[in-house]
Amino acid sequence: MSLIQEIDYGTPAITSETMVTLTIDGHAVTVPEGTSIMRASTQAGIKVPRLCATDSLESFGSCRLCLVEIEGRKGTPASCTTPVAPGMKVHTVNDDLRRIRRGVMELYISDHPLDCLTCSANGNCELQTAAGEVGLRDVRYGYEGENHLSAVVDGSNPYFNFDPSKCIVCSRCVRACEEVQGTFALTIQGRGFESKVAAGMDEPFLTSECVSCGACVQACPTATLMEKSVVELGQPEHSVVTTCAYCGVGCSFKAEMRGDQVVRMVPWKDGKANHGHSCVKGRFAWGYAQHPDRVLQPMIREKITDPWREVSWDVAIERVASEFKRIQAKAGQDSVGVITSSRCTAEEAYLVQKLTRTAFGNNNTDTCARVCHSPTGYGLGKTFGTSAGTQDFDSVDDSDVMIVIGANPTDGHPVFASRMKRRLRQGAKLIIIDPRRIDMVRTPHVEASYHLALRPGTNVAMLTSLAHVIVAEGLVAQDFVAERCDADAFADWAAFVSEPRNSPEALEATTGVPAGLVRGAARLFAGGGNGAIYYGLGVTEHSQGSTAVMAIANLAMATGNIGRRGVGVNPLRGQNNVQGSCDMGSFPHELPGYRHVSQPGVRAIYEAEWGVKINPEPGLRIPNMFDAAVEGTFLGLYVQGEDIAQSDPDTKHVTAGLLAMECLVVHDLFLNETANYAHVFLPGATFLEKDGTFINAERRINRVRKVMAPRAGLGDWEVTQAISNAMGYKMHYNDPSEIMAEIARTTPSFAGVSYDKLDAGSVQWPCNESAPDGTPIMHLDHFVRGKGNFVITEYVPTDEKVGPRFPLLLTTGRILSQYNVGAQTRRTANVVWHAEDLLEIHPHDAEERGVKDGDWVRLRSRAGETTLRAAVTERVAPGVVYTTFHHPLTQANVVTTEFSDWATNCPEYKVTAVQVSPSNGPSEWQIEYRALSAESRRVAAVPAGE
Amino acid sequence: MSHDKLAYMANQIGRFFESQKPDLAVAAIEDHMLKFWDPRMRRAIGAQLADGSIQLDPLVRQAVERMAAHTPA
Repeated sequence: MSLIQEIDYGTPAITSETMVTLTIDGHAVTVPEGTSIMRASTQAGIKVPRLCATDSLESFGSCRLCLVEIEGRKGTPASCTTPVAPGMKVHTVNDDLRRIRRGVMELYISDHPLDCLTCSANGNCELQTAAGEVGLRDVRYGYEGENHLSAVVDGSNPYFNFDPSKCIVCSRCVRACEEVQGTFALTIQGRGFESKVAAGMDEPFLTSECVSCGACVQACPTATLMEKSVVELGQPEHSVVTTCAYCGVGCSFKAEMRGDQVVRMVPWKDGKANHGHSCVKGRFAWGYAQHPDRVLQPMIREKITDPWREVSWDVAIERVASEFKRIQAKAGQDSVGVITSSRCTAEEAYLVQKLTRTAFGNNNTDTCARVCHSPTGYGLGKTFGTSAGTQDFDSVDDSDVMIVIGANPTDGHPVFASRMKRRLRQGAKLIIIDPRRIDMVRTPHVEASYHLALRPGTNVAMLTSLAHVIVAEGLVAQDFVAERCDADAFADWAAFVSEPRNSPEALEATTGVPAGLVRGAARLFAGGGNGAIYYGLGVTEHSQGSTAVMAIANLAMATGNIGRRGVGVNPLRGQNNVQGSCDMGSFPHELPGYRHVSQPGVRAIYEAEWGVKINPEPGLRIPNMFDAAVEGTFLGLYVQGEDIAQSDPDTKHVTAGLLAMECLVVHDLFLNETANYAHVFLPGATFLEKDGTFINAERRINRVRKVMAPRAGLGDWEVTQAISNAMGYKMHYNDPSEIMAEIARTTPSFAGVSYDKLDAGSVQWPCNESAPDGTPIMHLDHFVRGKGNFVITEYVPTDEKVGPRFPLLLTTGRILSQYNVGAQTRRTANVVWHAEDLLEIHPHDAEERGVKDGDWVRLRSRAGETTLRAAVTERVAPGVVYTTFHHPLTQANVVTTEFSDWATNCPEYKVTAVQVSPSNGPSEWQIEYRALSAESRRVAAVPAGE
Repeated sequence: MSHDKLAYMANQIGRFFESQKPDLAVAAIEDHMLKFWDPRMRRAIGAQLADGSIQLDPLVRQAVERMAAHTPA
């Protein structure tokens, strides 16, 4: 193992079909036209000294170190800003260049601390390296003159320091914040000698607009911006490439290690999802792996009122098996089940559903995608023929107009949001459909052409009215529809959307959006060039979630925006492996590869592979499991890596189901909220402790690589295998690669996938004989189902309605610094940005209720009530309130209801009728829950001698 | 299973398929419930319909009656 040192070519790669040949130091080099001399030189193996250049940023020409000589040209041009030309003869070394570079370097070093031996960048400092490269031997100016050496360190950010005394003002950090991240939080303030890097309005990093993505730290050539972990632990000595365990973007990282200790996570330049960029979570928020709350010993208890008792793995596994067998003997084969995790690997999800279908002998397997993207599976399956986004992320570089509906990419999918913003800065247009004024409505150098701030729950009406305009105004892509789509289905749909009742004018009272804006947005999308639609849980988590997904697919087909770069329908997946857990047959009605359990041919594949008969009937979905538990027909549940007590809607209903279980097994990193109701706790492994794959929102199968041994001794897949063996169904895997081999043997869309192939680079499924290198863009010539299917999308208002008692609509979501139920991010320094859930409320609604910013308020719905503090803001419209669900003692889901999507039972998190009133204390539920939570987490002391 | 909940869910499904091709709605509702509902849910709604404890929309009622033939006891 060694430290991966990626080559820095100095300037970005250029794409051109015209190639240019030149000579550099006597070597012939051929590169695409437009390439810089610096990049061509690096490609030829000749490194020109540089400080302000790095290949993630456009050339800047500031440091004057990379000068070269070009035969026939005057002067010494900067190689970073000078493009190559045919026949050009370049010299990177001669006496003049050496003298100039030394002179420049002398000036830099005359105002730089000479503390290399104690500097945190020692061994990895570009300034130190460049000084060596130019042969600097002394500094004629001395060090006594005016300088910046006493500038004060800004340590306000929890993850990195800003030490201006080491800054060479190369602007790489400022440019990274602009070009890579798109936040524009940094600037060079002052002129000449007074020039300095400043965050925001020359304030501490923590209070500035900085989003802590780490791009500036990565770009810094000195120790000016340095990870605190490197300051504390020293430079890493080896690295392992792996995949982030947070959102569905699936960023590749180099875990830079010293021994088995992570020193830092650095985004990997060759990562095809992130191309070397990161966000605050993936880059910095990995410390939960070492948090003292980690449970590292299996535990059991008879009743949930008992304290936990630590036991060996063997005892714990035996308890699970004997209890599940007892329950099945008493209440039937269908009385137990599992919930697979989108935070675990694809191999682990595959194994858990296999456990259910073999050892348990039923199909009671569901996954957290039930409560997020199950409508995507249904909707895209019905219209296109498969449950997945159509594009790769790179496709956005060719988009001319984007619709972002029900998604908040800068918070939920920040690395991809940076790609979107870059394309928008280049001139692409943006339409946002969202009740809230999300950041992308107006952010530096990006402004949406349209923000359709619709009422929560009216997505289908909005999408149908957009379609009305496209059909009624003759904007349909007739050729595409005629060639690629089912003609009868299109005719029926076109007739439906054309009805006057579906016009923007007729639906204005429903959506709350002026008809003129809807017409403008529809015309822009249909006529603006390549149109791409990106959507999130603001689409799916509704009583008409599946209908809205189909409405989105209808729009894309009607405008011909499918089957090439720059277009497509793109669900932004919430968790890291939502796509993978769905692909792996985690749903109760589907075997891996989205094939229904009722199909005899599909069952036969698995019956042959697994050696058991597979139940042809669908099993229980998560909400149905709770119902069946209360009813007494479902009494045993194995939950791997999810916290359903916090994440699922209508907490009282969920906990009633959990309380009814005779054996609840929680397999997790921490004693989460679900564990309060558990009888067996099995310690889980973090992503740093396991091998496998995560599959991201673009269907990309990314390797996850173990960088340290599982702290509790077993990987999650080993635990599942042990349960299966104890139940009597034998599994004999030695390594997750063998699980992937089985997936490839049995799932056509994964037939070409193996760890050997993935070690050469990630691939996007389908990856098989017809697509050996994977499939970046789907439905190129025809849809998976054959002809694209238009579906009629009648708007059915939700039954969750406002009224005198509950006059406001609550919608929920997440924030940049926290992730899902916060189990991981709450155990990192990310809490400095979001220490509690807040209720966003419009100033008018706040004033009516006598609520001021920061006041405690009671949030009440038909389902329950909680208290939290108010944030008075115009980000939400009057009549709408918003909160996050990251903190268990707020527990926003006490308030959300049981209403759900008609097709999939995906909960309607996004629409809850509520009332808000001032509060002077926690709700009754909060008081009771706090007590239960403390009581339930007790661990019995081990008697002496045991 | 709660009477109100199953009937509510079934009527939700019915409202979608009624808006598609009405003449195929009964078969589509039945197909959806066969594909996505665990047999105990199907048995429960069948029993609730039979004992008159729930109200279903007309097409949903037909679908639930047809479904009984395809639900294991």
